[in-house]
Amino acid sequence: MTDVTIHPARSQSRLGKIALRWLLYIILGLFALYYLMPLFVMVTTSLKSLEEIRTGDLISLPRVVTFEAWTTAWSTACTGIQCEGVRPYFWNSVLIAVPAVLISTLVGALNGYVVAQWRFRGSNLFFAAMLFGCFIPFQVVLLPMARLLGIMGIAGTIPGLIFVHVIYGLGFTTLFFRNYYVSIPSELTKAAKVDGAGFFRIFWSIFLPLSLPIIVVTVIWQFTQIWNDFLFGVSFSQAGTQPITVALNNIVNSTTGVKEYNVDMATAIIAALPTLLVYVVAGKYFIRGLTAGSVKG
Amino acid sequence: MAPILEIKNLYKNYGPVEILKDINVSIDPGDFLVLVGPSGCGKSTLLNCIAGLEPISGGTLQIGGQNMTDVSPKDRDIAMVFQSYALYPTMTVAKNITFGMKVRGVDQATQEQKLKEVARQLQIEQLLSRRPGQLSGGQRQRVAMGRALVRDPKLFLFDEPLSNLDAKLRVEMRTEIKELHQKLGASMVYVTHDQIEAMTLATKIVVMKGGVIQQVGSPAEIYNRPANLFVADFMGNPAMNLIPAKAMKNGEGTKIEIARKDGAPIVLTDAKNRDLPEDVIIGVRPEDIAEPEFRASQDAQFAECMVDIVEPAGADTFVVMQMGGKQVTARLHAETSATPGQMQRLAFDLGKVSYFAPDSGHRLN
Repeated sequence: MTDVTIHPARSQSRLGKIALRWLLYIILGLFALYYLMPLFVMVTTSLKSLEEIRTGDLISLPRVVTFEAWTTAWSTACTGIQCEGVRPYFWNSVLIAVPAVLISTLVGALNGYVVAQWRFRGSNLFFAAMLFGCFIPFQVVLLPMARLLGIMGIAGTIPGLIFVHVIYGLGFTTLFFRNYYVSIPSELTKAAKVDGAGFFRIFWSIFLPLSLPIIVVTVIWQFTQIWNDFLFGVSFSQAGTQPITVALNNIVNSTTGVKEYNVDMATAIIAALPTLLVYVVAGKYFIRGLTAGSVKG
Repeated sequence: MAPILEIKNLYKNYGPVEILKDINVSIDPGDFLVLVGPSGCGKSTLLNCIAGLEPISGGTLQIGGQNMTDVSPKDRDIAMVFQSYALYPTMTVAKNITFGMKVRGVDQATQEQKLKEVARQLQIEQLLSRRPGQLSGGQRQRVAMGRALVRDPKLFLFDEPLSNLDAKLRVEMRTEIKELHQKLGASMVYVTHDQIEAMTLATKIVVMKGGVIQQVGSPAEIYNRPANLFVADFMGNPAMNLIPAKAMKNGEGTKIEIARKDGAPIVLTDAKNRDLPEDVIIGVRPEDIAEPEFRASQDAQFAECMVDIVEPAGADTFVVMQMGGKQVTARLHAETSATPGQMQRLAFDLGKVSYFAPDSGHRLN
């Protein structure tokens, strides 16, 4: 009380601060609600029966929760003439994404290590060229890539898609690792050289163990890119090797009779789940890795 | 005894830029060679060339009598301590120290034994399972030394190993390095920009500037007989007084005349008959200008000087005056009676004086 009587001005400003803070929370809350709305509609719709969707409200909660649409989406939904759900396509995506992520991350780490710590004549030019690769639109490489895959004999196969994603991802992964390794003092490499270690030994024993934060960043980035890719998936696949994004498109676009919104929603959520999962599991490393700079010796 | 390190006509260029020019250095086993100079003088580059971390552009380099000019660092039988310590951040102290042996395929038992020896020697036994991030600066420094010691190399290389430590620790570690050198009798090359470090540690000093060696010699030679104005000014703290003067030969020696702003010039007589040009720069160490009662040298010459500033520094008192248009510092006794604005009778010890040519900067005596 004494405070209030002695410093009326200050207590007023404190009240003002609290009010401002609440205003901020309310605005942020509204934004969060706005962004969560589509997800809410997707989840609730996927849990409703078709009957309820027709008669009910778009944003109302389901009266009866049913997972029927999910089982349909997973194993019996029709993509064109086949009706085996998204399951095979989901596994195709896994078979493409996992090796492509691992290979592009590892090669990117090696590239970054070379460009950052083993400067050679023209290494800056090499890095600039890699960087330029990040900015080439997908569409530009479609035709030459199709030709190349044909020559290599891996057109329409899963290894073919892995190859495309590795090549296209290298620019980014090299950039990530190079920027991370450039902050590591070159004296570390020198010390290891004097200790007798060679190129690969230094990479395995000293640089890779330091790289966890940037590996997480790269894996999240690459996994999201590759899993969500549609253009390469639809261009370079054939029946049996299509990824889930292509299947999702086919399911949503090939309806006979009634449009099954609940199945469409369930399929879309299934297609998005792995990337969501990666963010939830590794998200905090993502932020940490992006902001992590120097390594204290 | 054959030299442990012999560098002949070494050149180093980065593109068109010459970093090191015609470097010739050789040291005997057990020598402690210090490369000293201002930043950018090429001393660290020279050390990297000795280590093999930088290829050289010309000349030859021998270690232990073998030509190492094109040999990779790991085969040069050297160990190196870096300014940033360069400890492997993800490895424990023990792994840091044994990494070199592990890479070279030394068997486990020998590794353990050598690790123990070195850890005891440097008193870091309780730190072996920690990581570098959990160590203080001084402890990291010890681990970095341990990594070098365990190798038992022909030649130790130190790249400004103390410059990341605070002042007190730096002096402690300096003493320890000196002790280590005496105990091991090992050959060492040490880079620093700190002339006191150079003076205290070295058995042989190389002073460098702009990629060129200015002088090679023992600490006493460098200090007492600097080869040119740069070395005279660089080594010693406070720096050597370099005073423009006129020299004239007369019957009983050389007359040195130093102009003063007000009043008659100071005239000192060097007992030796020296062959000097008329314009010279005379170099006098601050400790060679003292109160007459504390300077009994037979070469002492006396003059009354106007004191401008008195700076007590505990053990000594520094007195600053104006002579020949330059500030001149004298190192007087701690309880001196000198007061600013008063005349003070001072003794100049001309037995230890240096003469330099004003244009070329070279030593004349």
